[in-house]
Amino acid sequence: MRVSRVETITVRDSLSLSLTVGAYGIAFGAASVANGFSVLQSCLLSLLTFSGASQFAVVGVLGAGGSAISAIATASLLGVRNGLYGVIMAPRLKVRGFKRIIAAQITIDESTAVALGSEKRNDDAMRHGFWLTGFGVFLFWNLFTLAGALGAQAMGDTRAWGLDSAVPAAFLALVWPRLENNRDRALAIASIVFALAMTPILPAGLPIIATAFIAIAVGLRR
Amino acid sequence: MSSFWIATIGTSVIAFALKYSGHSIPQRWLERPKIQRINALIPIALLSALVAVQTFTEKSKLMIDHRLAGVSVAVIALLLKAPFPVVVLSAAITSAAMYHWF
Repeated sequence: MRVSRVETITVRDSLSLSLTVGAYGIAFGAASVANGFSVLQSCLLSLLTFSGASQFAVVGVLGAGGSAISAIATASLLGVRNGLYGVIMAPRLKVRGFKRIIAAQITIDESTAVALGSEKRNDDAMRHGFWLTGFGVFLFWNLFTLAGALGAQAMGDTRAWGLDSAVPAAFLALVWPRLENNRDRALAIASIVFALAMTPILPAGLPIIATAFIAIAVGLRR
Repeated sequence: MSSFWIATIGTSVIAFALKYSGHSIPQRWLERPKIQRINALIPIALLSALVAVQTFTEKSKLMIDHRLAGVSVAVIALLLKAPFPVVVLSAAITSAAMYHWF
């Protein structure tokens, strides 16, 4: 009985998170098409990149007129944290070969969070949490990306539907829970001011990626 | 190849390389507190900057338009602890309304 109880909690956590993330998938698919990506490119980003913040960044930077290089660089900086999650998960999952490739692809915020959250119950719950959440989010993220991309394509002028505000609103909802203290909020405001001040001066995309240096400076100071 | 394809493929390749390298490299040197702290701060800087640029600029020019109304409503929704779909939809509806009427 004890074992099945653990399973139920893990399944519930994984499923609810997967469905919630699906909503972001719709927003991503729509944002991607609104910023000039094709439906195919939007779906490939969700299948292959499979990391929300990085995907929003790449379409955001290109949409703002930035170059492919600055779009890739911004997205990759946001993808570094998945590598750090991999460092945490590898000794826990202990997988090799093809399984490690699959594990790496689904190593994201959500799968790592559920795995670490289930760890205090037992190791099986931790592993189930990782795989269930990883696959669940992957499934819904990709299905909803397609739905969002097709929806935005059908809209025509996406500005008339408010999509040009939905995109920054989605970014804002992504960053909002990360603003935990005054240092975080000060960094956010500094980044906003810097990016806007540099927009008329630097090539598009650079004002965004340059704010990473502000983050590094703040992180090194204390 | 268009910049959209380069960005799609380049981002995907690097994203996977980062994930896979995390599963393959020695644990020690990434666990330093400074690396962890900077890693938590970088998304705050980049995402905030993206919000600002997507709200206030168009083709390297600063601009205030219907998007500010939409994003302001999103801020209010977030302050009221609204769930993600409500934040995005309220921003979109406000923005679309402003776009049509002004």
